[in-house]
Amino acid sequence: MPNPTGWKPKVAREAGEGRGRPEAGALGATRGLVLEEPLVFEQGSPGRSGVSLPEVPPGADPATEIPAELLRAEVEGLPEMDELAVVRHFTRLSQWNWGIDSGFYPLGSCTMKYNPKSSEALARLSGFANAHPLLPASMAQGALELMWRLERALSEIGGFAATTLSPAAGAHGELAGLMMIRAYHVAHGNPRRKVLIPDTAHGTNPASAALNGYSTVELESGSDGRLHPETVARAMDEDVAAIMITNPNTLGIFESHIREIAEVVHARGGLVYGDGANFNALLGVARPGDMGFDVMQYNLHKTFATPHGGGGPGSGPVGVRETLVPFLPLPLVLSEGSGYRLVTDPAERPKSIGKLREFSGNAGMFVRAWALIRELGPEGLRRVAELAVLNANYVRAGLRGHFNLPYETDTLHEVVFDDKAQKEGGATTMDVAKRLIDHGSHPPTVYFPLVVHGALMIEPTETESKETLDQFVEAMRDIAAQAQEDPASLQAAPEKTIRARLDETRAARKPVLRWTPGMKVD
Amino acid sequence: MRYHPHTPEDVRAMLAACGARSVDELFRSIPEALRLRRPLDVPPAADEVSLFAEFRGLAARNQTDHPPFIGAGAYPHHVPPAVDQLVLRGEFFTAYTPYQPEVSQGTLQALFEWQTFVCLLTGLAVSNASMYDGATATAEAVLMATRLTGRNKVVVSAALHPEYRKVIATYLASTGDEVVSVPYGEDGRTDLDALAKAVDSRTAAVVLGYPNFFGVVDALPKAAAIARAAGALTVSVTAEAVSLGLLQSPGALGADVATGTLQSFGNTLNFGGPAPGFFATREANVRQMPGRIAGATADKHGRRGFVLTLSTREQHIRREKATSNICTNSGLTALAATIHLSLLGKSGLSRLARLNYARGRALRLAMQKAGFKTRFSGPTFNEAAFEVGDAEAVVERLAKRGIAAGVALGRWYPKDPRMKGALLSVATEVHTPELIELFAESVRGP
Repeated sequence: MPNPTGWKPKVAREAGEGRGRPEAGALGATRGLVLEEPLVFEQGSPGRSGVSLPEVPPGADPATEIPAELLRAEVEGLPEMDELAVVRHFTRLSQWNWGIDSGFYPLGSCTMKYNPKSSEALARLSGFANAHPLLPASMAQGALELMWRLERALSEIGGFAATTLSPAAGAHGELAGLMMIRAYHVAHGNPRRKVLIPDTAHGTNPASAALNGYSTVELESGSDGRLHPETVARAMDEDVAAIMITNPNTLGIFESHIREIAEVVHARGGLVYGDGANFNALLGVARPGDMGFDVMQYNLHKTFATPHGGGGPGSGPVGVRETLVPFLPLPLVLSEGSGYRLVTDPAERPKSIGKLREFSGNAGMFVRAWALIRELGPEGLRRVAELAVLNANYVRAGLRGHFNLPYETDTLHEVVFDDKAQKEGGATTMDVAKRLIDHGSHPPTVYFPLVVHGALMIEPTETESKETLDQFVEAMRDIAAQAQEDPASLQAAPEKTIRARLDETRAARKPVLRWTPGMKVD
Repeated sequence: MRYHPHTPEDVRAMLAACGARSVDELFRSIPEALRLRRPLDVPPAADEVSLFAEFRGLAARNQTDHPPFIGAGAYPHHVPPAVDQLVLRGEFFTAYTPYQPEVSQGTLQALFEWQTFVCLLTGLAVSNASMYDGATATAEAVLMATRLTGRNKVVVSAALHPEYRKVIATYLASTGDEVVSVPYGEDGRTDLDALAKAVDSRTAAVVLGYPNFFGVVDALPKAAAIARAAGALTVSVTAEAVSLGLLQSPGALGADVATGTLQSFGNTLNFGGPAPGFFATREANVRQMPGRIAGATADKHGRRGFVLTLSTREQHIRREKATSNICTNSGLTALAATIHLSLLGKSGLSRLARLNYARGRALRLAMQKAGFKTRFSGPTFNEAAFEVGDAEAVVERLAKRGIAAGVALGRWYPKDPRMKGALLSVATEVHTPELIELFAESVRGP
């Protein structure tokens, strides 16, 4: 295939000349037959197409009805490929990717657990996949019943009065939760101006607060990695609308003072928002609604195993306490004598914050999440938290002494180490992460949370076996040893991927964000 | 439990390594008073065979035997099987955000291709890696326009999808920005005189559908000229993206931002989601754009590769100063759209768009033959509003026969008496000419 862009690889030599020894880790990656593949826009030939469509009937010229200035003949630049070429293209791209199905994916705070194949099959049943969102209720009773059952189950699991299924992702759930909090305060005469956020929080928390017009006040966590009631009390006043707390927090540590903190906030009229990103640790063991949280978003793509899809879609239902129920966004699904229906008319819910997205949310994700809840049952749900916490603690025990543990406090579903020990020899968290790839594991979340310099945040999840964890620990120990003996060699990593380390500075300085004819990258 | 690999022996050995006597001890940091000491009140576990029987029962209670004649923001189209079989490759669907580019080149190159497809369809220079949906993409466009112009008023066409308008209102509830609605005329297009009156030096953005909620190809060039003269941005919204294979691109007609959804490519209806929201704009606005962006660069050996870039706009770096709070987006559905667009290619998209136009025309002719006039006189693509008398009653009557007739516009426009009899219906390549004839006759009578 000629390369129409003029772009030529500068280096033909095989990468992998560094002095790594990833074979030492039992997970060791090998180089398979992985092929180069240009962009779709750089291949094909005029006249090809990969679809089979009915003939366009004669006698229907759009130009007779639509003004000429609003028409175009063809979309210039689109590729022209046969079906096999397209299939090979995306198959090859997939081979450059790492997913949970490929191997271990301990990306902290993202809960990369196995995504059941049966959930995928169930979501593809024609009755779900081909249901139009605006079907009359009488024609969509299956979808509505599923939503109602999922809503009831999530409310029970989180300990809340009711749950909205609308939000499209975790951050969208945060936005929804804060909108309800704001509406609640407005109804009490004053929206207030501030939101308190601990220094361990996800970046989405302050961004969601800002979108709601709130300024944020950062709270420092204690030397034990926990937020303390005194810290909250000092920052708390009648101008604080809410505090946003992730529990367990991003260090994997349970905020054991949560009830006292909630009391401090409630006493001054504030509300407590729970970021449910780490809810996997608590499933069936404890309920945020019982701890003083007024609102919390569930991340169905984390806790309830709907696929992460290379960055989405997610789904971020939000549970609320009774006092916030009137403010829930629309639509809501109700069970009535004759069946199920959606509440869409604001007249039925005059205090509702309104509509957050089109239609009823990411309904395809509801099918998958409900399938998991049905398959696990009450014991299975609790087992999720137990095994997730066991796995994380097992990894913590295995890496202790090889990597620095900045907090000695007990951790639940994830654990954060740092690169303090490796830095002495010149190796960094980034080096460790990249070398881990050569051992056949996705890296942990790196450089987050911000309170830990050079953080390595590891979340194994409950679906990983002891053997996988043993291999991971062995690989990490090997990397720690290499960082001592020959730290410079780590900079060559990764060596077994289709590309070596990529120049992110250059990407930002001279942005090339789309293909154009003759595109060059240099 | 098939997803939990731990044998009792594994658990014993692992607890010993942790120095814990029981699993319960690992939870000792949770105060006893906060623990749940009863099983969750959810149904007992179901095996896979029972699970499928149960879900088939639920699915059967959604009536999807006939393709719906409803569009209104979500469009029934044929999805070539190659799309789903590729999307189901675990390397794609079980990956997450490509923060580690060396093990995510597949996702990143596919997103780069998605961004290019969005740019080609919209005629704009830059695009992001997808949004939640069309409505939130549009609300984010409005917020971007207020940041770029420093103005606080938004003028929205009443012919924009009502749910999109509601989402804009929800997003702006806390910002204090003003939303002004501009009516539509008898042709179903945005009333340009009213628009010219509403747009002033405080206006950040003019927002209209293209095609709009009534299926009418709105007067985008003239609306954009009015906005431009006042220094406001034009946001062009497309929910039925197949139309962009026939219609001139929004960018070429003066739009500064194009948003909407590419659900029509590669994605089934899924009761409304997920679907890939898109966002494209002019190059000058790129640093105010929300969401993730994939960009090309080189690895240390000089080979072309892709990374997420311009991330200093984003929440994980900028926190409260970010351009948006969006993190997880609609990646996999964007991949599905990218695969479908690759299969279609230049001639395939052109043909699909012309076929959809032809089906829409066949629907209008069949309805006319059955005695129903179109509600609006403006040009349409594959969707149109028809005068059917009591639209609610028609929808109800056809629902009893398992036919989704369309949406009764009176429900969305309760204050406009002209809408009481209006039924909004669509016909795409999945509606055969015979089915369309049958439909029109069914609307007329039992």
